[in-house]
Amino acid sequence: MGGDHPLLDLQFIEARHLLVELAAFLDRCDRHGCTGDFRHRALLDALPLLLEQRTDRAKAVLDAFSDPTDTVASRAAAPVYGAPRPDAD
Amino acid sequence: MRYIEPHAHMVSRTTDDYERLALAGCEVLCEPAFWAGFDRSSPDGFRDYFLQLTRHEPKRAAKHGIRHFCWLCVNPKEAEDPGFAREVMRMIPEFLDSPNVLGIGEIGLNKNTRNELAIFEEHVQLALDHDLPVLVHTPHLEDKRKGTRLILDALANFPKLRRDQVVIDHVEEHTVGTVLDAGYWAGMTLYPHSKCSVDRAIDILEIHGPERLWMNSACDWGVSDPLAVPKCALRMKARGHDTAAIRRMLWENPREFLSRSPRFIID
Repeated sequence: MGGDHPLLDLQFIEARHLLVELAAFLDRCDRHGCTGDFRHRALLDALPLLLEQRTDRAKAVLDAFSDPTDTVASRAAAPVYGAPRPDAD
Repeated sequence: MRYIEPHAHMVSRTTDDYERLALAGCEVLCEPAFWAGFDRSSPDGFRDYFLQLTRHEPKRAAKHGIRHFCWLCVNPKEAEDPGFAREVMRMIPEFLDSPNVLGIGEIGLNKNTRNELAIFEEHVQLALDHDLPVLVHTPHLEDKRKGTRLILDALANFPKLRRDQVVIDHVEEHTVGTVLDAGYWAGMTLYPHSKCSVDRAIDILEIHGPERLWMNSACDWGVSDPLAVPKCALRMKARGHDTAAIRRMLWENPREFLSRSPRFIID
């Protein structure tokens, strides 16, 4: 291995790959005109969390993608999307 | 390394998967009752399913040297119809004496609805009435955090429930802390796209420690990997975890929790 830290030796290329994939996905969304979708907005809103100096970024991202309400639903209405739909009841 | 797969839906998997599990070192496998990818048209559909879990699947597993155990319930998705769910629940006691039944599960919530919550609580009472451990499913994606909170609130209303008899499954970084802090066991499900990745599960293990924690593949009819648990063991080794730490996660921890059931007797 060429680096100074075993964890980076093990996972840097994989993390680099994931970041390039995300960048390419955002480019793809632009080309396909889906930037108005709430899921696209949720992704963009979560990105700044990655740059914060904290030790729980994964939790913060999951929290950002979570239903913020506390109410018990009266019926199983919407499917899961991966991010809370703004107009969901 | 020999290991226990504490959560797998083998009714949806092939015989080849049993062979691959055995080759990877799986000696014991536990199968909670779940949503089969479609809603059953009648309660008798569940009778057939419970027969499959208690009679047929143990024989399939045994052909590959794997001990098969199961959990019984109406899954949260089909619990949305409470009349239907209660009809199915009335037949569960007929199967509780089967030698491979460990407890009630995987109960829980799917879309965090009133009906799901009512049937969840009735399942918990069923487990208490029969002194059985409980395996809890937490909802998917954006519904998980709220659903986990609702589940913990509901469980807190059962003062006779021993918290170390309950495993709350599919935890992630935003739910594992509250589950462990409340005294329950926590299960990490290793899925390719949702729930935990192998590396995130190891992160959770490193942050929270191995106490009351297990990992599973929850392999089923969807995007899932029956070999996720041994792959996680391989990754643990690459990240510097020693053999004892790996053995604890893959064998000792699941054995400790599953032994809450007197039926869980393994070599």
